[in-house]
Amino acid sequence: MKPREFLAHSGRQFGTLVGLFALCAVLWALTPHFLTVSNLLNVAQQTSINAVIAVGLTFVIISGGIDLSVGSLVAFSGVVTASLLQRTVPVPLALLAGLMTGLACGLVNGLLITFGRLPPFIATLGIMSVARGGSLLYTNGRPVSGFGEDFRWIATGEILRVPVPVVIMIVVYAIAHFVLRRTPFGRYLFAMGGNEEAALLSGVRVRLHKTLVYGVCGLLSALAAVMLTARLNSAQPIAGINYELDAIAATVIGGASLLGGQGSVVGTLIGALIMGVLRNGLNLLGVSSFIQQVVIGAVIILAVLLDTAFKRPKR
Amino acid sequence: MNPALTVPALALRGIRKEFPGVVALDGVDLDLWAGEVHVLLGENGAGKSTLMKIISGAVARDAGEVLLDGVPIEIRGPRHAQALGLGIIYQEFNLIPHLTAGENIFLGREPRLLAGVIDQRALVRAAQKILDELGVAIDARSVVSRLSVAQQQMVEVAKALSLNARVLMMDEPTSALTEQEIRELFATIARLKARGVALVYISHRMEELFVIGDRVTVLRDGRHVGTRPIGETTMPELVRLMVGRDLKDQFPKQTAPVGDEALRVEGLRRHGVLHDINFTLRRGEVVGLAGLMGSGRTELARAVFGADPVDGGRIFVGGHERQIGSPRAAIDLGLGFLTEDRKHQGLVLGLSVQENTCLPSVGAFSRFGVMQVAQESAATAARIAELRIKTPGPHQRVGTLSGGNQQKVVLGKWLTTEADVFIFDEPTRGIDVGAKVEIYQLINQLAARGAAVLMISSELPEILGMSDRILVMHAGRIAGEFTAAEATQEKLLAAALGRAGRHAA
Repeated sequence: MKPREFLAHSGRQFGTLVGLFALCAVLWALTPHFLTVSNLLNVAQQTSINAVIAVGLTFVIISGGIDLSVGSLVAFSGVVTASLLQRTVPVPLALLAGLMTGLACGLVNGLLITFGRLPPFIATLGIMSVARGGSLLYTNGRPVSGFGEDFRWIATGEILRVPVPVVIMIVVYAIAHFVLRRTPFGRYLFAMGGNEEAALLSGVRVRLHKTLVYGVCGLLSALAAVMLTARLNSAQPIAGINYELDAIAATVIGGASLLGGQGSVVGTLIGALIMGVLRNGLNLLGVSSFIQQVVIGAVIILAVLLDTAFKRPKR
Repeated sequence: MNPALTVPALALRGIRKEFPGVVALDGVDLDLWAGEVHVLLGENGAGKSTLMKIISGAVARDAGEVLLDGVPIEIRGPRHAQALGLGIIYQEFNLIPHLTAGENIFLGREPRLLAGVIDQRALVRAAQKILDELGVAIDARSVVSRLSVAQQQMVEVAKALSLNARVLMMDEPTSALTEQEIRELFATIARLKARGVALVYISHRMEELFVIGDRVTVLRDGRHVGTRPIGETTMPELVRLMVGRDLKDQFPKQTAPVGDEALRVEGLRRHGVLHDINFTLRRGEVVGLAGLMGSGRTELARAVFGADPVDGGRIFVGGHERQIGSPRAAIDLGLGFLTEDRKHQGLVLGLSVQENTCLPSVGAFSRFGVMQVAQESAATAARIAELRIKTPGPHQRVGTLSGGNQQKVVLGKWLTTEADVFIFDEPTRGIDVGAKVEIYQLINQLAARGAAVLMISSELPEILGMSDRILVMHAGRIAGEFTAAEATQEKLLAAALGRAGRHAA
């Protein structure tokens, strides 16, 4: 690609990245503790769960859909994994079962949308409630706690001095970026989101790939559930409330269009980091959590306002 | 003295508009007098719709002057244009189907009882008055979706009049009307003329303009090539002005040797849409498919391509019977479908030339699930070269290209899948004269390479000029089949209207 084409393709991410750096610079000036290795690793660790969910949602949003059920799937996959661990099922098996739970729920979303012809908003809203209720029923509303060290390693361990959750996030993003840019599946997501009819008439198996993308999103929610359960040493049936909104925010700050056909994994990562850095910085500054919510909301709106202002076509 | 008689109601001077890569309008002048019907003629892409969009405020001009009653004005947007009395009725109506005629007429300007409360009775009364004055029998309380196309059009006219339109532009107003409805439309137009409205009338039906027009202006390639009083011109002169050359070289038909059977359809039917369709395409052959709008031409193409389900019938590709249950299956059998509507069905406008060109082939271009970028780039470069696609590069977004180049990208998709049966649906709609000839030459080349081509078109000259054999559809059936030698415009039209028996093949 020529430099100009590169900029045209990556200009949006570049702008978001500048925003992230500006935010870091401001926080550094306000509180020197912000820019220490330990704090930055802390931010990355706190961001990792939202970031993993947001990647799945980015795929769904690029394909022209939406998934509101991710937060509930975090809770449901979490309690399934945790209850198996408590029954001393081997860790790898319990992990696999948890991930498959998320995948299966995601595929149900996909089937409702493709074969049931439900709008994604409705289908995933329904599953959101079903999965939440299912988690509460399954646990009688009580948290499932206390796991062995080998499972806790997912949250507490380090690989080459990098916390495991951060490693997981990096690996997930590397794979997701590759899938989106270099595999037919990734190309089809953009095509379906940009123009579903044209994609269908170009031989894209729209129903298959749409079902799959919700499955992937459910799978990544389950991965986030495992990370969360390990970190808290407990799986809560009420975990993950509002996680879908954080993930949508990261995706949108990262430049995806809710109309579909646009978005990038790198953008979403930067978006998730902006949210993480903001939370961390406001905490360091001792800003109350009430004000934090206001600030985060304002940042989401500002990011999208700037985006539309730059993208608005001339009459 | 009445100013309406000394200066035009609306005058355009030296209007220029550029879109990326195309000059849509280049110094166009136009005078519209109160009480005249001014016909705007030109081939697709000549600049008629851009000119209309400038007057209606949908598009801003780059240069030139607009004078209303001799006074220079700026048109700041569609609402401003309405306020100035410049109304437009697009081919696709802007009506809200679930609201009533009256509610549509006063949409956004409803009479109020109090702040925020609509005075429904006043609304119905005022809307009914406008409809009655127009001389149309429509109840202002009827829901728009239940009205006929002609009645919906009248609601649009009423809406424009309720805004005190002094200039009313109509884009292809007769394209979906029956003959009776057209006569009623013309009567309405005559009444509007008498009221002093200046009308701009765009139509591809040349015979209409001699009935309804007062003056005619011809545009070609974005330039004003002539304005004539209707009584002082003839059909051949107007055609010459529109095309800018003799019609002969408009269709560079070459005949290729006809080979084996490529596609055979037997007894294809879909309830209420297609009835007992039989035809054969041979290699090297260009078969034209004519018929009126709604006769089932596009539906036939979609059914053969696996995009719509069928209720029965058999399809043979290369002599073997095949099940085509999806577009994917059709593509894998070597079919390519160039849809009528590029923007909604043919292309993903947000993706690049390369991504669109390779979309049907991405799977084939992948190894172990990974796309081979080098292969994609090579295929795209080859298409850009052989189809002479004018694009800054393979990574250019397709939405920024001109219509002709977009059409070439669609064709490029099917060359990349190495299709050998091509279905073209309205291949030259909305593209300019030069690009049309290029598309015709490409169709010739496909036939010369041994591909079979089915070409659906509403333009009979195109069908007559490019086909080796012609099928005509009427009401979901093949109503006639003609060789190129025996076909005439009259015979095709008679078959399309269902007035002729099936000729022997």
